[in-house]
Amino acid sequence: MSNFFEKSDVSRKEAESIISDTLQKCDDGELYLENSKSESILLDDNKIKNSSYNSDLGFGFRAISDEVVAYSHSNEISKNSLKQSSENLKSTLKSVKGTYNHEIPKSNKKYYDNINPIEQKSLNEKIKILNDVNDYLRSKGDKVKQVTANFLGEQKSVEIIRSGGETLSDVRPLVRFNVSVMVEKDGRKETGVYGVGGRQSYDSFLKDENWKSVCDEALRIASVNLESKPAPAGEMKVVLGPGWPAILIHEAVGHGLEGDFNRKKTSAFHNLMGQKVASEGVTIIDDGTIDNRRGSLTIDDEGTPTEKTVLIENGILKNFMQDRLNARLMKTRSTGSGRRENYRHIVLPRMRNTMMLSGKQTQEEMIKAVDKGIFAVSFGGGQVDITSGKFVFNCTEAYEIVNGKIGSPIKGATLIGDGPSILKEVSMVGNDMMMDPGIGTCGKAGQGVPVGVAQPSILINKMTVGGTKL
Amino acid sequence: MVKDQEFLETKASYCLGLAKKLGATDSSVIVKNSISETVNFRNKKLDESNRSDDLGLSITTYIGKKKSSVSSSNLLNDNLNILIEKCIETTKNTPEDEFNSLPDRDLFAKEAKDLNLYDETHIENNQKIDYLKKLEVAASNDKKIVNTESSFTQNKSNFVLANSEGFCDGYKTSSFTASSVTVAKDEKSMERDYEYSSKCFLKDLDDADELGNLAANQTIRKLSPKKIGSEKIAIIFDKRIAKGVLSTFASAISSSAISRGTSFLKDKVNQKIFSDKINVFDKPDMLKGLGSRNFDSEGVKTDTLKLVDQGILKHYLIDTYNGKKLNLKSNGRCGGTSNLYFENGNINFKDLLNSHSKSLYITETIGHGSNIVTGDYSVGATGFLIENGEFKYPINEITIAGNFKDMFKNITLANDLEFKYATNSPTMLIEGMVVAGK
Repeated sequence: MSNFFEKSDVSRKEAESIISDTLQKCDDGELYLENSKSESILLDDNKIKNSSYNSDLGFGFRAISDEVVAYSHSNEISKNSLKQSSENLKSTLKSVKGTYNHEIPKSNKKYYDNINPIEQKSLNEKIKILNDVNDYLRSKGDKVKQVTANFLGEQKSVEIIRSGGETLSDVRPLVRFNVSVMVEKDGRKETGVYGVGGRQSYDSFLKDENWKSVCDEALRIASVNLESKPAPAGEMKVVLGPGWPAILIHEAVGHGLEGDFNRKKTSAFHNLMGQKVASEGVTIIDDGTIDNRRGSLTIDDEGTPTEKTVLIENGILKNFMQDRLNARLMKTRSTGSGRRENYRHIVLPRMRNTMMLSGKQTQEEMIKAVDKGIFAVSFGGGQVDITSGKFVFNCTEAYEIVNGKIGSPIKGATLIGDGPSILKEVSMVGNDMMMDPGIGTCGKAGQGVPVGVAQPSILINKMTVGGTKL
Repeated sequence: MVKDQEFLETKASYCLGLAKKLGATDSSVIVKNSISETVNFRNKKLDESNRSDDLGLSITTYIGKKKSSVSSSNLLNDNLNILIEKCIETTKNTPEDEFNSLPDRDLFAKEAKDLNLYDETHIENNQKIDYLKKLEVAASNDKKIVNTESSFTQNKSNFVLANSEGFCDGYKTSSFTASSVTVAKDEKSMERDYEYSSKCFLKDLDDADELGNLAANQTIRKLSPKKIGSEKIAIIFDKRIAKGVLSTFASAISSSAISRGTSFLKDKVNQKIFSDKINVFDKPDMLKGLGSRNFDSEGVKTDTLKLVDQGILKHYLIDTYNGKKLNLKSNGRCGGTSNLYFENGNINFKDLLNSHSKSLYITETIGHGSNIVTGDYSVGATGFLIENGEFKYPINEITIAGNFKDMFKNITLANDLEFKYATNSPTMLIEGMVVAGK
């Protein structure tokens, strides 16, 4: 736990009084303090290329009146800079007459331990594992031409001080371990990437040489792609595997269900509340409460405890994801979805772990039901235009399906669809829901935050596959 | 006020001194301050104000061929002492790499030219508000526009880069950026588009009315789009998309991708990769250029490079580390390109539209579909169907795909180059790509 005022010329009491004075007539606001420590250790091209450490400290001061947000941030936690920020906020919000005083709900639940993963494993141990990864993959044959592996670790301490001195705090560990391998055969090069991570220690992922399974998966994907042929172009049936392919859910409906876009009526979903937006049997939740997951949070960045929010229940749109600002303006409550990348950024409603729940069918039944289509197993990333509702995601491992059977692997291709209608095209939901391995970062308005996704295998009746083969 | 040179230099030399005292054989440090003030408008009303004051420092220490780095936003000497000690400790424990070193002494930039990158003008928030009011009135003129979000940012930055070889230099830069995102709606559809202007000098910024009108018109014309069938068709990239082709080219010729063997352009120097008519320049010394610089992020001087001459690749983008690995001298491209552009083609925009009886004009792509290992390209796209030189109707929910190796050879450029971004291209036509739709 950081004591943010220990080395500052401003005491906690003085800070509280500046906060109360600035926010007294506002609808909402807070002082957000953050101290983060992060490391990155990278092995590439047979060598430790980079070992770096970052320590970041700062505050963000926010005042809200009606729809208007004033924000000011600085690296310096001092009396002078707090006062300057306060003046800056006051000058934006000239005529405030705030009334909102929704209390922040309380909860004792915690979804991760108060640890600093960076200090829990020595630099030498980390370097040794990276070298072992390199040796292990290069021992798999001459076709392995390049290996990149890295550790990313972080501990972020946050404190939220509200008008009146109410204080909420959280200490968040986060680690990630990635492996990328490039293989070459007959002059053709392909890469495979895999990683694991979450809000726990490195050792929870790497004990008993677990790292070997990460290497094996990256190499498997690369090797499959060496045999791939051009992907087809056009509309066809698509079977998605369980786990990480759920970035479809994240892009197709997740972003469109964030409160801000719906308050502003710029989301393709803004007038669909209570309506059928997905096939029967499709239930989607956004859950911040799963132990040690990458997208989980004990409290969000406004201090609200996170929850399990049902977005779509059996095909019907039930809830949007809300932060305090958008919840107040839409006359509802925060779902604990207010997040920011760090103290430099304002809060936005964001996803946590977005999941489609299991149904009854098997993946085998889905494949059998397809005459001509593709089976997509692994993905790079995705993007959405929330206004038109069109979204894409890039597959990195996929196969053609011919007459109910899985055929040859196909090259990576972009798939494009329409968010508000795609889930109505889901004709089978599998019984095999799986979480992603813990590597997702979601970007919105220039801010990246860690998120998770999960889904079972699903069969989509119609999607456009962006290959080159007509 | 952004921190002055003296403050930044004092911090830099404190770090270099301490690193040396603690056993570093070499070190380099960069200290930066950046102050941004933004005002956002939505539907003709104030929506958000945001002031950010960012101070940061990053130091790299070497002990022989061992290297490590730390960075922090806390510049108090107490904190720097702890961090530099940690950095030295980590350096000692990091394995050697024979290619680790500061740049060769003779490559450091000597005289910094004044590239006219800093405007003293300070624009107050109420002046930004006036600009945005005018912009949003213009943007929401048409009833079909149902939402407008606009933004005005002033940024002032200063930095000092110093190293134990005696290099110490830095300069102030400024930018003024206005943008407008509009949403239009009709019975069948809702669409979004944008316009944007960013300049070093306030007086060069686009007119507010013009920006608002452009954003609105570009959005309205996208309404009621159709989806087309899958076919092989000529693609025309609007300038804002065409520059992305250059960015992919730049990643593929970066010395790190080349030395690691992970680029489809490895070993292609002095080979023909574009058609005869294509020339590509990277020019760091453009006055007021959005990508202009006196030296790269290691302090190495930067000269103008003709990267592609009549279709032939002439240079990689080389930094010190990867240069040593490839046995090539750094050409001052650590941190990437400066003002990168395709030279104008010799056909005007209208003739380019007319060059095929049917083509697709692409105004937006989504997804991260460029693979620099294989050259494969596949992205989602939005645009217009062009028939006989005329914009027929808007198109969406399609993908376009190809391979850069082929795409590069099939590029025709118009003669309408502008310097709106750091990387710029004239309007671009590419033959032989595949569209996937219905």
